[in-house]
Formats: sequence, C-alpha cells, structure tokens
Amino acid sequence: MNELQFRDPQLARSMAATLERLTGEIGRRVAVMHVCGSHEQAIAKFGLRSLFPKSLEVIMGPGCPVCVTDTPEVDEGVVLAGQGVKIVTFGDMLRVPGTVKSLADAQAGGGDIEVIYSPMQAVDIARKTKGEVVLFATGFETTAVATAAVILGDLPANLSVLSAHKYIPPVMEIVAEMPESRIEGFLAAGHAATITGSDVFLPFVERHKVPVVVAGFEPIDILAALVELVELIHARTPRVVNMFPRCVTPAGNLAAQQQLFRVFRPVGGRWRGIAHVPNGNLRLRDEFAHVDARKRFTIDLPSLWDYAPPQFAGQCICGDIMAGIRNPNDCRLFQKECVPENPVGACMVSNEGTCKIWHLYGGVPDLEESA
Amino acid sequence: MCLGVPGRVIEVNGWTATVDFWGVRKQVLLNIVDEPVAPGDYILNHVGFAIRRIPPESVAETLALYESLLADDDGDDLMTGDVRAEIRGTA
Amino acid sequence: MTAILAPPSGHITLKQGGGGRAMRTLIEKLFVHDFAALPFDGVGVDAMDDGAAFRIGDDWLVITTDSHVIHPIFFPGGDIGRLSICGTVNDLAMMGATRVSALTCAVILEEGFSVESLQLIQQSMVVACRESNAPVVTGDTKVMGRGELDGIVINTCGIGLTRTLIRDNGLVVGDRIIVTGSIGEHGLAVMAARHGIEFDGDLVSDVAPVNTMIDSILDPRAISAMKDPTRGGVASALHEMASKSRVGIVVTEQAIPVTAAVRSVSELLGIDPLHVANEGKALIGVHPEFADGVLDRLRRHPLGRNAAIIGTCVVDRPGSIVLETGFGRRLLAEPEGEPLPRIC
Repeated sequence: MNELQFRDPQLARSMAATLERLTGEIGRRVAVMHVCGSHEQAIAKFGLRSLFPKSLEVIMGPGCPVCVTDTPEVDEGVVLAGQGVKIVTFGDMLRVPGTVKSLADAQAGGGDIEVIYSPMQAVDIARKTKGEVVLFATGFETTAVATAAVILGDLPANLSVLSAHKYIPPVMEIVAEMPESRIEGFLAAGHAATITGSDVFLPFVERHKVPVVVAGFEPIDILAALVELVELIHARTPRVVNMFPRCVTPAGNLAAQQQLFRVFRPVGGRWRGIAHVPNGNLRLRDEFAHVDARKRFTIDLPSLWDYAPPQFAGQCICGDIMAGIRNPNDCRLFQKECVPENPVGACMVSNEGTCKIWHLYGGVPDLEESA
Repeated sequence: MCLGVPGRVIEVNGWTATVDFWGVRKQVLLNIVDEPVAPGDYILNHVGFAIRRIPPESVAETLALYESLLADDDGDDLMTGDVRAEIRGTA
Repeated sequence: MTAILAPPSGHITLKQGGGGRAMRTLIEKLFVHDFAALPFDGVGVDAMDDGAAFRIGDDWLVITTDSHVIHPIFFPGGDIGRLSICGTVNDLAMMGATRVSALTCAVILEEGFSVESLQLIQQSMVVACRESNAPVVTGDTKVMGRGELDGIVINTCGIGLTRTLIRDNGLVVGDRIIVTGSIGEHGLAVMAARHGIEFDGDLVSDVAPVNTMIDSILDPRAISAMKDPTRGGVASALHEMASKSRVGIVVTEQAIPVTAAVRSVSELLGIDPLHVANEGKALIGVHPEFADGVLDRLRRHPLGRNAAIIGTCVVDRPGSIVLETGFGRRLLAEPEGEPLPRIC
C-alpha cells in the first residue's frame, strides 16, 4: 500500500477542477467547516487553499485538542509539577499557556517534565522513577483509547493519570447551534472516526440537517471529501458520507470504544475559548479513582493566584477563531505580541492551532506567481 | 487532530507487532485494534498503538470511489481523462 | 510581516538554544551589541556568520568556536566527539576555510563520567580529524561536581586560512540554491533516541566533515553564499541567508532530497524534516551559469552524491522562503524552539 498515491498533484488539480465546477453550480458563497487540526495542517502544508474555489470558504473549527485544553487543566499540571511530581506529557502540550504559566515555564522553573511520544512510555518511565509520576493525558478519543489501554494494563503504583481528554461529537452540536454560524456542511476527522465510526454523526445530521463527510488526510482525500460535501449541499441532501473507507467503518472500532468507555465517562466541561461542552470532556470513572491524579493529589490551584495573569490574555480572540467566526488577521495581537516564541493564546501554540498554522504557512496563502 | 500513519506488519508477538514504515521499523501495540493482525497486514498507527487494520483491498476501493467523483464530470477535461486512465491502471 | 520580539528577560528557556529567532534575539540583544562596538577590522561578531575572519597578508584567517552538548551523547551514526570536530570544521568550511590549520578541544566532565565512554568519544574525535585533515593542537580539561553538569560538554575552536572568503549574505537574484545531500537525518535520529522512540532501520545521523567536498567547488566566481543547516534545519538557514542577502527564495519541495526513513519518521513524529538539524550538509548559493558544474563536482564526492538544486533567488518577498509544494505555494516559516514529537 502506498499513501503517496493520495499525493498526486495532477489528480489533485483534476479534483480541484471538479470542485470548482460544482461550487460554481451552486452560484453563491458556501462555507463549510472541518473540525480537525490535521486537516488544516494538510491544507496548509500542501498549499491546498490555492486550489480551492474562491467562493468556497473552508473554515477551521475546534479541531485541535491541545488548543481547547482549558487553562485550569494546564494549571493542574503546572501545580503538580510545582509540588514535586514528575509530569510526562506529549510535546504538543509543553508551551500551552495556563492561567499564569505553561508547562515549559514550570520546567524552566525546575519542574520535572518529560516529553513522551506514546502513553505507554509513561509506564516505563514510572518504573524507573522513585517518586510519583503523572501522565498528563490530552487529545481526542483517538488518543484517549491509547490512554485507556495503558490504564487497563499493568500500571506501576507510582503512576496516575491527569485526564484532559476531549470527545469531539458533542462540540459539533455547539458549533452548529452558534447563532453566527454560516456553516452548511462539515468535514469530520477520519482518525477520530476510525474509533467512533461514521454512524456516530447520524443523530447530528438528523437534528441539524447539514451533511457530514468523513475525510482522510492526504491532499486527494481532502479534495475528494470537499467535492462530495459540495455535491450534498447542492443537492440539499443532508447525509453522512464516509470518504475514508480504508480506515473508517460505520460502526467504528468496537473494541476500542469498549475500552474507552470502560475507563472514561463523558462529562460536561469548558473547552478553551469555545463554551461549556456537555459531554465534551473524558474523565476517569470511579472504578479507576485509584489511578486518577485528581483523586490521588490535592492540587493546590490557588497557589498560582499569587502571580499576575499575562498582560495580553484579555485581548486574545482564540475562542472566536476556533468557532470559525473570526480569523487570525482579525486579532490585534496576531504576529505582534502573539508569536510562537511567545504565545498569548493556545491557537498560537499547537501545530494545529489556526494562528500557528497561519503564522507558519503565511496565512491563507494565495501567493501570486513570483518567480 | 491525531497523527495517524499506516505501516506494514512484519511480525506479531503477543500484544506487540513489529511494523515497517517505509524502511523504518517500530514496535506497535495491538491492545486497541479490533481485528486479528497478521504479518503482511497494514495497520494505522497513532501514538504507538494500532487503531485499525487496513484491509489491503481498501486502497483500491478508495481510489475507485474518487474515480467515480471525477466520472460524474463531463469528461471534456483532457487532464481528467488522463487521470482516470491512470487510476484504472493502479486500481 | 514583522514580529516584535521582546528583549530577553526573566529566565533563559530552552527555546533560546533552538537555533531559531528566539536564540538570535538573545544573542543580538545580549552579546553582539557591546562586543561589536570594540574595534575590529574584518568580519566580526555583528555579522553573525558561522565564524569571524580577518586579513593576514593576502589570506583571510577564519576563526570559529562551538560548544557541544547533546543528549544522548552516543546516538545512531555518531557521538558528541565526532559532532564536536565536524561542527567546527564545517563552520570553517562554510566561510571558505576548507583547509583547517588547527583545532582546540576543551572538555568539561561531570564527576562520575565513565572513562570508557570518554575513550570512545576521544577515538571518534581522532577519526573525524583524519577525515577532515584537521589537527587538534591544544586543549583543556575540567571536572565539575556530580549534578553540576549533564555528563560532558566539549568546546572546540578552529582556525583556517583561505583566499576565498564566502559569507552567508551574498545571494543575488537568479542564484540557485544547492543542498549537498538528503536532509533531516541528524535531527530525527537524535530526537528518536532522546525520547526513547525505538526504530530499527536506516535512520542515522549524517554527522560528517564537509570541508573536503566544499574544497572541490570553492570558486569565487561561482559561489555566492554558504551555510550549514544545523539547528533549526534548512528552514532556518535559508531564512538567515535570504534575510541577510535581501532576496526571496523559491524552493521546490519535491526537489529536496529526503530519504524514505526520514520521511517516515517525520510523519510518525509530526516533525517537518526542513525544521531539524543536519550535521554533514551545506546550502550553497551558486550563480546560475555555474549551477550544473558545481552540482556535478559535488556529486563526485562521496558526501555529495545526492546533491540537488532546490531553489532560486528572486526579487519578491525579500527574507521570505516560498515553498512550491506541487499543489500550490506557501511560505516556509522558521521553526521556534526545539521541535518535539507530537500527537496532533
């Protein structure tokens, strides 16, 4: 199998021509949203926006789990590091600002923080560590199933889990119900849907009468999914279509779902900048209280309140950007006070944050021929 | 949102598989994947776990699906015609 | 697009050592200003090039220094010893001093460091010296208490004479950019080793002295600029060359040599090979009429077999790098801080 088949520029241009024609047939501006940072990554990295029709607006929604991790969740990690607990977490989380500090700040201040690639490494690290180790676990359901598998395995006594995992389907409801929303269709994240299955979106489509197309992450996958989505919008047929069948089935990965919901229960909680999302957070069930860092430790959040919050935090519009209402150019801090070296908001931190992507790849690139 | 990379299974040892990602081999855990995985199969890796066994015929199916999108087009686009032929060659 | 970077304050963080803008800001604001005010006739600290140079008769004497810390100290394809020789030899070569007159070597050790490891490191320094025809002529050793240092730090300093001084700011519109081989190997190999991500396969550091290869192409009529894409990778080095030379650079992504192993690991870890360090490669600006000739000569050298023309200097967007992806165009940004493996 060769994924490079899905990176053929010639096929991409051909797809783009079809997309152009179909969007033209609708005869007005159409706005669609993807809820996946990896889609934005691929769109930006391959320069795909230059292939999209002018009248098709592809908005990035709240698809970055790192960006929507709320400040109090980051604070919990920062405080635990300050209390002498070793924190292991994904590289993505290190620079995400908390109320007053990021984990990188905590590390610079002497906190013991180690970056891992797989949650399984937390087990090995805990075995080699004398003191307490906390896995600060973030990510959507795709990553949460990996955390669940680790918890269901053989856990060393000094390892516990601080879950900031998020569950995507509920937040699509929030975005669809936003009064300013102009979204006529959604691209759903193929890797998350590998776990949940494409049928998870059926109730959503029923309720909101907008089409949902499950999409993969190669350039051709994204273009093909957009073609399908625009066709569905044009035909006024709100349906769920799976355009990523090599990984996604209607029912999804049942074994993974079982492990996921055996360990975690969905609870309501704030997503940074978005809203309170009912059932949007994944927390450990009581059965796993003994490995829940929130139960094992008294996390002294008020100890942070001696520090002044960062100067520009109040002006950050990450929330509106993640909801697709505004874009980074509307923010007065963008690329001025807020740069990746010195981020104000979470969208400038994560490689999937809209602001970081616009900063890295030159915004919505429409670079005229310059050679 | 979630980095996922496909690779080919070389060897299975209990809950662990050795997977080849274009010449680089890495251990991948099989706790989550919902189907038996055997050497020669493709899997989708996320954070060191296989989250899906990718049926070998599904790549061809996907390409055929994409071809059908283009087939809906009028067909007077020369490039489209070429590409369609190309897909048929690979599918 | 100009980002305002605040002067450094508070505490030093790791991103200020990552080779990107945060590090350059630290150096500019803290060191360069006052040192540059001291009288010096030559290419000095304010040039922020790979080294400094001043006239001795008809020759330029090039001098450079580099401290080496790396975790782990033994990594696939090399170790801190090989790195410490190659790093300094390559910095000299990038300024045209391909024939190294002398190197110094200062080693600071942590109490408890294994003598056996030290012997291995010293032996690999000797090997790298032989490959680059560079003699170590003096040195220094210090030992610090346990916990006061992480194992070992090696500083090397090098000098070399050249008639052909090459800078990193000499690109002109129309110049071609050549990379001397496949990119990303050192950074990804070390990162995988550092974060305990075990790979079997052909991912090894490219750490090597490039001076003999550069010597074969050192023609002042042909070469307009050189830089080795170490920390911050090709992206950072191209930015520095473009902005100092006041040109834009259009890069064809598909022309950049990348091995299958690097492509694969970069996708697994979510890291762009353009953003990670190389320790045996050079970026070379060449006037267009000489580009093919230079490429031929590079390819005849064992380290240059995969050399490729990857870009062209343009008038538009001075200081920016535009990447032709094959699908469209986008800007190539500089990385900030040390790239980390990510999940999303």
